[in-house]
Amino acid sequence: MSKRSNWAIPYLIFLILFVVLPLVLVLVYALRDGNGGFTLSNITRFFTDTDALNTFAVSVEVAIENTLICLLLGYPAAYILADRNLNKSAVTVILFILPMWINALMRTLATAELFNVFGFTLGKGTLLFGMVYDYLPFMIYPIYNVLLKMDNSYAEAAADLGATPSQVFRKVTLPLSMPGISSGILMVFMPTVSTFAISEFLTNNKIKLFGTIIQENINSSMWNYGAALSLIMLVIIGLTTMILGGDEREVEGGTI
Amino acid sequence: MGDKSDIIINIENLSKSFGDHQVLKDISLNIRKGEFVTLLGPSGCGKTTLLRMIAGFLQPDEGTIMMEWGKKNGKEEFRDVAGIPPHQRPLNTVFQRYALFPHLDVYDNIAFGLKLKGVPNDEISSRVRKVLKLVSMSDYEDRDVDSLSGGQQQRVAIARAIVNKPKVLLLDEPLAALDLKMRQDMQIELKEMHQKLGITFIYVTHDQQEALTLSDTIVVMNEGRIQQIGTPTDIYNEPVNSFVADFIGESNILNGTMIEDRKVNFIGHDFECVDEGFGENVPVDVVIRPEDVYIGYKLDGAQFTGTVKSCVFKGIHYEMYVDTDSGNELQIQDYDAFEPGKTVQMLIHPDDIQVMRKERVENVIDCVVLNETRVEMFGEEFECSPVKVPEGFAGRLEGAPAKAHVQFSKVDLMDHEEEGDASGEVWFILYKGDHYHLTVKTESGGHIHVDTNDIWDKGDIVGIKILPEDIIVELSDEQEK
Repeated sequence: MSKRSNWAIPYLIFLILFVVLPLVLVLVYALRDGNGGFTLSNITRFFTDTDALNTFAVSVEVAIENTLICLLLGYPAAYILADRNLNKSAVTVILFILPMWINALMRTLATAELFNVFGFTLGKGTLLFGMVYDYLPFMIYPIYNVLLKMDNSYAEAAADLGATPSQVFRKVTLPLSMPGISSGILMVFMPTVSTFAISEFLTNNKIKLFGTIIQENINSSMWNYGAALSLIMLVIIGLTTMILGGDEREVEGGTI
Repeated sequence: MGDKSDIIINIENLSKSFGDHQVLKDISLNIRKGEFVTLLGPSGCGKTTLLRMIAGFLQPDEGTIMMEWGKKNGKEEFRDVAGIPPHQRPLNTVFQRYALFPHLDVYDNIAFGLKLKGVPNDEISSRVRKVLKLVSMSDYEDRDVDSLSGGQQQRVAIARAIVNKPKVLLLDEPLAALDLKMRQDMQIELKEMHQKLGITFIYVTHDQQEALTLSDTIVVMNEGRIQQIGTPTDIYNEPVNSFVADFIGESNILNGTMIEDRKVNFIGHDFECVDEGFGENVPVDVVIRPEDVYIGYKLDGAQFTGTVKSCVFKGIHYEMYVDTDSGNELQIQDYDAFEPGKTVQMLIHPDDIQVMRKERVENVIDCVVLNETRVEMFGEEFECSPVKVPEGFAGRLEGAPAKAHVQFSKVDLMDHEEEGDASGEVWFILYKGDHYHLTVKTESGGHIHVDTNDIWDKGDIVGIKILPEDIIVELSDEQEK
């Protein structure tokens, strides 16, 4: 064993302790009944538990809505930020990603407080507002990065070949910014499926998300069912990543 | 220049600035149908800016670009293209780094323009196949553009442009990224393609060899101005100024004096030449190509002698440096080698001597008088010899605009910029046989020309020092009252 490969050992230990072991524990808990015997009932229970299924559907729906809104708001923002004619200052970019520096929980609490002050009824509207507010920078940044690095000569070549500005965007700029878009979607969609804090603060738990039931189950010591639900969520997120991520190398969006 | 009717692009008095920096100054140029025109110059001379303006990516500050725009009542219609966006102009560009769309394969890259125009699919496919054959890339239709070599990408980029049958093809240093061998092959292919297609090529390059090989017409540019327009032979044999002579091919550029018509003096000898109309005893620049000096140990009709300093074999010829009897250094190329240290005789034929009017004989610098013995030039204060006040001058001396005259040899350059009164960067170097003629760009953007025996490199930061008695200040003519 060469000396250099020894450097990997601390990371290996870290991975085993904090990633592999917890995952194994989740798997073990999910496949055991209250007495410690092997069972699949925790998993099958989810598929007959209408309450859980409904929450799951709501979660996915909210996550899709949130991702779409973020994409519709975030792409134009990223485009403007990356265009040197429209945005001449780096400060604007920092202002847009500044919220990422502040803890999401604090921002959510503050938002909830604002809603209370102005007398808004907490519900789906406030939930989506909070989510978009929290996750928009995660959509903007990877798209901004891809657009900023994109060689301007592609757009010029398209215009030179007869493309109108809108054709240049549809046929060249948009397809070439897909890696940023899929990065952004991943970074917004995945955490929204599993979040529970935002719905707790911004709807007073009127709207339950998938994360909320996992938290409730574990809080009420239903470890096995909670673990099974976590496992199901993990599989779903894994599938989304595979579908969206596709070729990992193409995802150049990057994060902060 | 031929019939006016075969002009396809007419450019007049074009100027362009980026911020404070003027990149194009008063460019006027006619481009004829079917011509291979090369815009040639060192980097930063404005050639790419000019090309981008023709393509429509940049708008001129001043001047017009007129383009042939199709026929109207059987007559060619010309149109001022100001404000017409690139996608509506009847020309296509081959970009420097190709700019092939990475998300499309070779076929779709080439079909891009045709699809936008709504050309039927079967016609697209036959036209794409035809150009692919033309650039010898027939089997590459389905290939990913990223999987192609530089040369192959270059061919696809050319195919993508010419498939649209543009009236004019713009090429922005298209071969710059290729290795030497590939570049030479592509030069031949481009030339053939130009003949086969019969369309006008406007080609940008900084490679003089490439320009000489490919072009029908070369436009030599420097510092935003056109220096000379002509055929490759004209440009090579009859450069109009020392910049062109130095930039195109190898040359000896020497200080001389035109004694009378057909008689010029340089390197301490009188020579017969073919130039007339310069006047008598006028200082001139003389250009002698290294291959035009006849050399021999014993030569009939020898005009001067010298000592061989060095001799290097260059493949086809030997390149020698010879110190002449008058102490000038000449670069000479000959098929025979002459031994260093030996005395040789030389002669130059009258029609191989190219005489050029000097662009300047001394520095004339705009300045402002501060008091009788101080002026401000290049944004710095200089002490000068007492300002000559014309008789009857009644205005205020302080703050008056003036011209400072400084001889080239009276400017001293310092290693450290703090040692000088002003500082600048060595911008252009010309070896004149027994000294260097430098152009120094000062911090304030002005130029000062310096004759020196010291060796400087382009880009050196220097201090500029001039003795007070060498700065002769004259109040500007347009001084009123």
